[in-house]
Amino acid sequence: MTKAPVTGDVTESAGGPGAEQRPAPAPSTTTSPSSPSPASVVSGTDDVIRTRGLTKRFRGGQLAVDGLDLSVPRGSVFGFLGPNGSGKTTTIRMLMGLISPTSGVATVLGEPMPQSVAGVLPRVGALIEGPALYGFLSGRDNLIRFDAADPTADPRTRRHRVETALERVGLSAAAGKKARAYSLGMKQRLGLASALLQPRELLVLDEPTNGLDPQGMREIRALVREVAGEGTTVFLSSHLLDEIEQVCSHAAVMSRGRLVVQGTVAELAARAQGRLVVRTPDVAQAVEVLAAHQVGSLLPGDGRVDGELGALGSSAGTSGGTSGGTSGGTSGGTSGGTSAEEALPKLCAALVEAGVRVHGFGLERGTLEDAFVALTGEGFDVAG
Amino acid sequence: MSQAETAGPAAPPVRIGRRPQTAAGFLALFRNELHLTFRRMRTKVLLGILAVLPILIGVVVKLNTDSPHEGGGGVNFIAQTTQNGLFLVFTALAVALPVFLPMTVGVVAGDSVAGEAATGTLRYLLVAPAGRTRLLAAKFTAGLVFCLAATAAVAAAALATGAALFPLGEVTLISGDTIGFGDALLRAVLVAGVVAASLAGLVAIGLFVSTLTGSGIAAMAATVGLVITVQILDAFPQLDAVRPFLFTHYWLSFADLLRQPMYWDGVWKDLGLQAAYVAVFGAAAWSRFASRDISA
Repeated sequence: MTKAPVTGDVTESAGGPGAEQRPAPAPSTTTSPSSPSPASVVSGTDDVIRTRGLTKRFRGGQLAVDGLDLSVPRGSVFGFLGPNGSGKTTTIRMLMGLISPTSGVATVLGEPMPQSVAGVLPRVGALIEGPALYGFLSGRDNLIRFDAADPTADPRTRRHRVETALERVGLSAAAGKKARAYSLGMKQRLGLASALLQPRELLVLDEPTNGLDPQGMREIRALVREVAGEGTTVFLSSHLLDEIEQVCSHAAVMSRGRLVVQGTVAELAARAQGRLVVRTPDVAQAVEVLAAHQVGSLLPGDGRVDGELGALGSSAGTSGGTSGGTSGGTSGGTSGGTSAEEALPKLCAALVEAGVRVHGFGLERGTLEDAFVALTGEGFDVAG
Repeated sequence: MSQAETAGPAAPPVRIGRRPQTAAGFLALFRNELHLTFRRMRTKVLLGILAVLPILIGVVVKLNTDSPHEGGGGVNFIAQTTQNGLFLVFTALAVALPVFLPMTVGVVAGDSVAGEAATGTLRYLLVAPAGRTRLLAAKFTAGLVFCLAATAAVAAAALATGAALFPLGEVTLISGDTIGFGDALLRAVLVAGVVAASLAGLVAIGLFVSTLTGSGIAAMAATVGLVITVQILDAFPQLDAVRPFLFTHYWLSFADLLRQPMYWDGVWKDLGLQAAYVAVFGAAAWSRFASRDISA
């Protein structure tokens, strides 16, 4: 609640009070932390979605989105991540022209957004905040209606396109059933089908796997990859980190209406601390040795010890703020001479020398979830 | 709008960039809106109720032929009904116009936008993108067509019932003149058309109310409540200054078309008033809807 990132500063973030001001993973083409002025970054042309200072304050005074600077490169599968209530859906609604921003600009496919709705949206497929269907119409008739709403859709190809879309999401067999009889998963698929009625340049999917069983989730992810493979940029919001890790090339993290960080998924995951895991029956002894070698936040477990290597393990060239700010100071201090390649064997040797029976020794790579916790300092299911 | 014929009928290739809007594509939403309105069970039930009403009236009048009531719907048609079944059309319209017709129209118009907002389908229509003005126009058109259908349901059921229960033939008008059955039938069609048009203002009001709320039920209730309130106000002589501007004020003027010659004054005033209501509330609905945040 205390250290919110500075508005307009895109990539650096709430890493915690001790976070270094490093030029963090540059989000591909456009932004750099040193250029907060919008004018200097508007030049990048190949962004499918671009917002500058996008802000939405609702009538009640609640600030839902606060100075958002988002850049979604063409061809990416962009994960838009954040806890419930962090402003993701409000952002998407602004991008789709459903609500107008209080201030700031949003461009989609190169055109300003509430204004160019008619020209832009036919090229965009969207699933916003879950599916919404006419319960008294069949699945097929629902798609026909949504397609009829698009004035650029050719009525002569409508049937064909509807059947193709139904087939694509695996609903052909249930297409004649009334939508009110659909399960949530089927509704979600039908919503996806309506986003796929036309070849799209951009697909905006807000929590597309909500309500699906694991098999359904896998299918939807496969579909997302397939669509992305055809050259469609996919903008995927989710609160499921592993989902983002599995399908996305880029990601942005929102927290309490602000953009905390954006970049490629690899860069973001690299920000997370790798954890050192030692498997040994001699837990107490191992803890002692590891503590002596400046391994932070040790967690002795049943037959294992794990801890944060800090700068020792930063083979990917990251670290900075660690979760909860527990050991950022100490580990930062040792980062001088040693690199991971030297540090790890030394650590292992030290353990063995001390008579610890080492059954297993290694690094567990950081996940996006670790990165998220490090960035926002909050658990993932906390509602903003 | 004129490139309707340029787009190929084959499956669309993966095309990047703007697609042209076509006339056929533009009108598709209007057609689909009609489908949507008339395929709903609710609409069918409403039309069914409207069709049952004249049958009830006909049966009641038939049973009471010996002692006919006076002034069923404020217009004294019931006495004539017993002499000529065609008059059941006018009786039924006169009875349905103050309450039943506006109620059904209020349901359809009031729910038009608010219902879509409540189910969330509105956001998908708008990102399709339907276009807010186009969507509103489609809703308004469907509302008008429903007015026609509702009036036609009453008139057709009344004609059938009247023909079954009462004698047909030459019709004695309320001015005392007599015209042939064919002429009278034409007048019935004309009257039904005027009654349907009299509801246009209400469609616009319902549409406006519908853009104000995200709850279909609230919009329907508000619209129907407004109809009732306005008619109550219209009954107060103390409000003489205001009454000519109430959209229900000239509703029953259609009776003047059953004179010889037809007396159009009231009807023109009615239609003019409806046009004014459509303009005012249509504009209000548009300005509200075009700028509104769709967060449902």
